[in-house]
Amino acid sequence: MIPQEFVLFFSLALFCIGVFGILVRRNLLFILISIEIMLNAVAVLFVAASHYHNNADGQIMYLLILTLAASEVAVGLGLLIQMYRRTHTLDVDRLSSMKG
Amino acid sequence: MIEKLVPLFSSIPNILFVIASAVALLSAIFTVTRHNAVHALLYLVITMMAISLIFFLLGAPFAAALQIIVYAGAIMVLFVFVTMMLHQGEATIIQEKQLYQPSKSLGASVLCIILLAECLFLLSPLTGEEPLAAFSQAAQTTQTETLLLTGKAATNKAVTDKAVTISGTLASSATVSGATVSGNIGAREIGLTLFGPYLLLVEISALLLLTALIGAFHLGRRHQEGEL
Repeated sequence: MIPQEFVLFFSLALFCIGVFGILVRRNLLFILISIEIMLNAVAVLFVAASHYHNNADGQIMYLLILTLAASEVAVGLGLLIQMYRRTHTLDVDRLSSMKG
Repeated sequence: MIEKLVPLFSSIPNILFVIASAVALLSAIFTVTRHNAVHALLYLVITMMAISLIFFLLGAPFAAALQIIVYAGAIMVLFVFVTMMLHQGEATIIQEKQLYQPSKSLGASVLCIILLAECLFLLSPLTGEEPLAAFSQAAQTTQTETLLLTGKAATNKAVTDKAVTISGTLASSATVSGATVSGNIGAREIGLTLFGPYLLLVEISALLLLTALIGAFHLGRRHQEGEL
């Protein structure tokens, strides 16, 4: 039996790495990748809970996270392509045309 | 602190867990700090595979397989195709080096480390108390319910088919969980739960996927001049 604290610690550390990625990167592609990392951290938590409680509900939630991640990536990458066509860069700071 | 770390190295699955989680964390750090998008994506694949191994160690072989198929397969292919469309070799990397300078990420890393330290303190072996009383208590009650269910199943022949399956699987896991490996939750139990109590969620996720399909198609379309 893997100690629960360490699975939780792993999940939190992975989530923090994802937050760090979102904070420091200005490239939209890397922001999407960081979101994927954070979703994975939560998925680990769900599967671990399913393991320790001995029922399948956590893995159902994992399936839903998977669906969500797939849709999010599809729409996000569509937005990424549109942004590149319009601004010829992936720098999110350039998307400031609504500013005054 | 050290004594608390000892059980982590007590059995082979635990050692494998430590190695896999170290690999996952390191490659996740590399993923968010690389300048070249292709390198970052390859590190991300390694992260996904390490997480898949962790799922396997947590007794979720179906989730492990899905992690490889969907994340390391499908989602990664999407990322790689988009990178192929947008990546222009050296120019992109030089541009990216201007966008992200590791020396300027000090503030963010300090904030993230504070957050992590706080979480670590809450979980922690440092305080010495039972850290996750609620979590482990819930697990224990599940175990007792398991025993009750198995008792019922043994005496009462007229239980429904589903209850028999659930108690059967839980019984097997309850007997095994005393040993090093806890019971696996395979595709059968997941399927029974998914198309039983969670049927509505399946419909909703179908809608979600359809919406995403239409949205991605619309966004990815090449617009004509003057048309918005």
